[in-house]
Amino acid sequence: MSTPAQAPLWQESVFRVLKEAGIQQVAYVPDAGHAHAIAQARADPDITDVVLTSEEEGVGLVCGAWLGGQRAVLLMQSSGVGNCVNMFSLLSSCRFPFLTIVTMRGEYAEFNPWQGPMGRATQAALELMGITVLRVDDPMEVEETLGAAVDSAFLAGEQVAVLLGQKMIGRKKWEQD
Amino acid sequence: MEAAATPTPDQGLDRRRAVAALLDRLPDALVVTGLGSPTYDAFAAGPRATTFHLWGAMGGAVPVALGLALAQPDRTVLAITGDGEQLMGIGSLATVAACAPANLTIVVLDNGHYGETGMQTSHTSLGTDLPVVARGFGIAHTHTVATMEEVESLAARADERAGTVYARVVIGLHETARALPPRDGVANKNSFRAALGLETF
Repeated sequence: MSTPAQAPLWQESVFRVLKEAGIQQVAYVPDAGHAHAIAQARADPDITDVVLTSEEEGVGLVCGAWLGGQRAVLLMQSSGVGNCVNMFSLLSSCRFPFLTIVTMRGEYAEFNPWQGPMGRATQAALELMGITVLRVDDPMEVEETLGAAVDSAFLAGEQVAVLLGQKMIGRKKWEQD
Repeated sequence: MEAAATPTPDQGLDRRRAVAALLDRLPDALVVTGLGSPTYDAFAAGPRATTFHLWGAMGGAVPVALGLALAQPDRTVLAITGDGEQLMGIGSLATVAACAPANLTIVVLDNGHYGETGMQTSHTSLGTDLPVVARGFGIAHTHTVATMEEVESLAARADERAGTVYARVVIGLHETARALPPRDGVANKNSFRAALGLETF
């Protein structure tokens, strides 16, 4: 599998923070915005990458990892948040530490109207299920905000989602490079 | 609709006996149970700190067990669930197959019915063959367990940690006494971690 020659700096920040936080399981449904972190996780011998068929599996997986003494993260797109809703009850029922990083769709320069409904509901859906939402739109703030989320999740045992704004991620390119 | 594969009460194993035998043979296993009767079956076999009982999060038993198995590769990890719970999280078998943890054994207590909601027929009564599904997802070792001797063999196989095992245990439609573990998920999580020498967070 090829990795883009140069990932945006903020994508590098994401993986660096996860690595420094001692994350050992990276669960994901493939997504372009998370491509760098996924590729790095796959290449890292100290990290198990887990490709999911649906994001809700990832909620269970990170809880199982925590039961067994490992820190894990769930990488997904905003549409995946909708797939997780009932499984989020595991987090509040058992107060599992939880960290997810969500790339947003359906907001800035979105070409696909089918992404709109879940994209607009993503933050509220997370908050309805008791998850604290931190949002980043400035690439210079990715490292700081994600680091704060790591501390909240793993030092305070909280449930935190970091939303990465679609304007920061950039417009979807259709042509092959 | 014809439901030829449905076990009747005089076919199929006694679920409590099967689960008790399995847990008795695997005292060091880390266990995750799916909501409803499998949670009660495991608790009826005797409380143990290294069992995590789901009371909800339907479809989550296998993913939770997978994360646990990846984190604790030197321990046998058992997911014990029912056909209905397994069906709701069926895609997770593809995820398990992709990771192929050698220490994970998935045990599905299959009576072909949704016991918790009034014994409506499940898809395994209506044509779904779970071991075939699991094999199709890429899990190499799949079994149907229909005798107590086969339960013993399953326990031995789980104890070997020599590859992901998927076992459909054919159970009857017996009435079982209620055996309800505490519903405090926070306490269960913390006692489970404490048994592994881990702090709360």
